[in-house]
Amino acid sequence: MRLEYFQMVDRIADLDIGERRITVSAQVPQQSSIFEGHFPGYPLMPGVLLIETMAQTSGWLLIALLKFERMPFLAAVKEAKMRDFIKPGEPLTVDAHIVHDGSGFAVTAARISVEGKLKCNAELTFRHTPFPNTDLRGHMEQMARQIGFPEQAPS
Amino acid sequence: MSSTFDQVATIIAETCDIPRDTITPDSHAIDDLGIDSLDFLDIAFAIDKAFGIKLPLEKWTQEVNDGKATTEQYFVLKNLSARIDELVAAKGA
Repeated sequence: MRLEYFQMVDRIADLDIGERRITVSAQVPQQSSIFEGHFPGYPLMPGVLLIETMAQTSGWLLIALLKFERMPFLAAVKEAKMRDFIKPGEPLTVDAHIVHDGSGFAVTAARISVEGKLKCNAELTFRHTPFPNTDLRGHMEQMARQIGFPEQAPS
Repeated sequence: MSSTFDQVATIIAETCDIPRDTITPDSHAIDDLGIDSLDFLDIAFAIDKAFGIKLPLEKWTQEVNDGKATTEQYFVLKNLSARIDELVAAKGA
């Protein structure tokens, strides 16, 4: 994870297109300027960044299902539950699956666990559109290579 | 068994917290009920699930943007209900 750059996913551990589910790994860094403010003397991963982590995990699943032709954008967060603290250095396992595949939108359910213990979960809604420009698509393709995205369409 | 319109009206009332008795077959989801595009995603999600269909929102939006259709054709509730009935019939054909 590089929190300051919103790079929340380290590695895709499993991507099952048929079952429409994904698992990724993400290591919370030991040091980050974010922990200087959240909170002084008691560093914790902010809930909004955990939601972002679940959103990005869901996003990679959607990009795979959409054959790297469309980009999902987070539209709604429902039933987000922060069940336990997540501290610097903890290894996250993030799972997401498709709840509904609509026309131009999708709903996912996602969860974060640490060593098998559920820490947070949410239902997320995304709009998806064709990539708005080549710069963004190029960036996403580069990110895909970094995290081991296995279903990348030819560019 | 309730009509398609009744089911749609109930979904809209529950999803958008709109009093059920203010929703009529002639209500325009956007112009009369003030439903925005994000709320309509929730409605589409609920309709898709309830009727086992996939509302072609992208196609409808494109047709409206291209001037090939009006919003009334898809978003006045009696017309939306008719479109749903067509999609359900097409699924069973």
